[in-house]
Amino acid sequence: MAKVWVYAELNQGTLTPAALELMAKARELGDVDAIALGAGAKAAAATLGKHGAKVVHVNEDAAFDDFIAEPATDALASLHKEQPADVILFGFTPDSRDVAGRFAARLEVGLISNAGDVAAKDGGFVAKVPYFGGAKLASMKANKKPAIVLVRPKSFEAKEVGGTAEVKDLKVTINAASKRAHVTERVVEASEKVKLEEARVVISGGRGMGGPDNFPLLEDLATALGGAVGASRAVVDAGWVPYSMQVGQTGKSVRPGVYIAVGISGAMQHTVGMKASKVIIAINKDAEAPIMKMADLGVVGDALKIVPALTAAVKAKKK
Amino acid sequence: MKIVVTVKQVPDPNSTLTLEADNTLSREKEVVLDPGDECGVEEGLQLKEAHGGEVILVSMGPERAKDAIRKGLSMGADRGVLITDPQLAGADALLTARALAAAIRAEAPDLVICGTESYDGSTGMVPPMLAELLGMPQVSFAKKVEVDGSNVKVHRQTADGYQVVEAPMPALITVTAGIAEPRYASLKGIMAARSKEIKQIGLGDLGIEKGEPAETIEGLADAETRKAGSVIEDDGTAVDRIIQVLVEAKVV
Repeated sequence: MAKVWVYAELNQGTLTPAALELMAKARELGDVDAIALGAGAKAAAATLGKHGAKVVHVNEDAAFDDFIAEPATDALASLHKEQPADVILFGFTPDSRDVAGRFAARLEVGLISNAGDVAAKDGGFVAKVPYFGGAKLASMKANKKPAIVLVRPKSFEAKEVGGTAEVKDLKVTINAASKRAHVTERVVEASEKVKLEEARVVISGGRGMGGPDNFPLLEDLATALGGAVGASRAVVDAGWVPYSMQVGQTGKSVRPGVYIAVGISGAMQHTVGMKASKVIIAINKDAEAPIMKMADLGVVGDALKIVPALTAAVKAKKK
Repeated sequence: MKIVVTVKQVPDPNSTLTLEADNTLSREKEVVLDPGDECGVEEGLQLKEAHGGEVILVSMGPERAKDAIRKGLSMGADRGVLITDPQLAGADALLTARALAAAIRAEAPDLVICGTESYDGSTGMVPPMLAELLGMPQVSFAKKVEVDGSNVKVHRQTADGYQVVEAPMPALITVTAGIAEPRYASLKGIMAARSKEIKQIGLGDLGIEKGEPAETIEGLADAETRKAGSVIEDDGTAVDRIIQVLVEAKVV
């Protein structure tokens, strides 16, 4: 059996959903050791066991929460020296990316990023990665051991399978030399009414919204539908709306029942984060925009007129 | 303060991408300085204006990548270094990071600024690898950067807000596109850039052996595409059609 590791990222004491999604794939690939670091690691071990981890290596040193990437890299490297893995899965999240990159460089093995799937093949591992603007899907083979693969969130469905993991203390000393990038404060901005990742309906705006002043139109529609508002990278980069609203490769992955893309052209950067939505509706001035080729319903027209009319119609329907 | 900004020449995000026979992205089309890196250059220039020092642009690519460096020089950066070597064509993230690390180490900077991820590759793996190889702490997703003595203080974007992160320099940061509006190069800047130095070096100069690629593309298939649905012109009935879809999806 292949030795499979899952880097089970914790966020301030809570297991990230990505960790359990990775478990669903990892247990197909072999015997799974999960690694949980920081506050809440021991509690997370029980959950990871229910999702198929045979062993969970835990360490609750505060350094894992307070310092970026380096303490976690030290812990993984120390464990890997004692019991090397064949394949290691990370979520493609900002925190896990930092750890995976450092760890791969320390082991001099490279890694495969932004994967949507991973499979065993000829004693090694092959991952599926969007390529060429997302039009192609590359099968990327890891030539070195361990194979390190970063998987996009929501690529797999988390599912309990029952079971209890053996919990082992991951013994590692975090030296002062690794306590450098110090998180001194955490600031939460504008709490979302409905969480973007969990919303049944997501309405996202892009450049075609004309400017930040028009985003309240989308908020109104979201409120009427009980949904959440997202945005494309272009408008986040332009400073119209905060990054927390960004849907796409660099932002959040969503798969709601209905996704309404308003004034978004549909670059790969955006579509990889929303193409798994059940129904996609696009409103755009440009009939040739790539988003029109993937939408179940594409409406060519003026978003600033259509959106308020739609909001009114939804409200009327509800009465 | 000595600041290195990594810059990459990428296919113009507004143009259509094409593939070479060996499945690497063609860079023969219109190429530009990565828009994300423009923000890195801008941030580097602002820090230099506030604290003094030098901004050095380091890039890896074919000879024509000098154009991307020249663009940054015309914005105000002081000089450039281009790592160019036929062996580097199609280099993976690890080899790229090793080459960049060797060139950057020679400059002994206080701060290294990278884009969060390139517009063409979008994997974002070179910066953390680079930080590890340089032995520097890293702070990714910076949306605000301040330098205070020998420390860098960063507002790091998170899913629901930001973290305040402090790190001792030398350090590596990756910046998000929103951090600073890149300035336009002035005519004077463009003229001045012509006489600024761009040092060209190869793998041999850096003492790097290429080695085996860490990963290889085994096959390329068309991505699963969603079936296109219907596209309609809004002739006044669009709202009704949308409502119909919403009802079928049981959200109204």
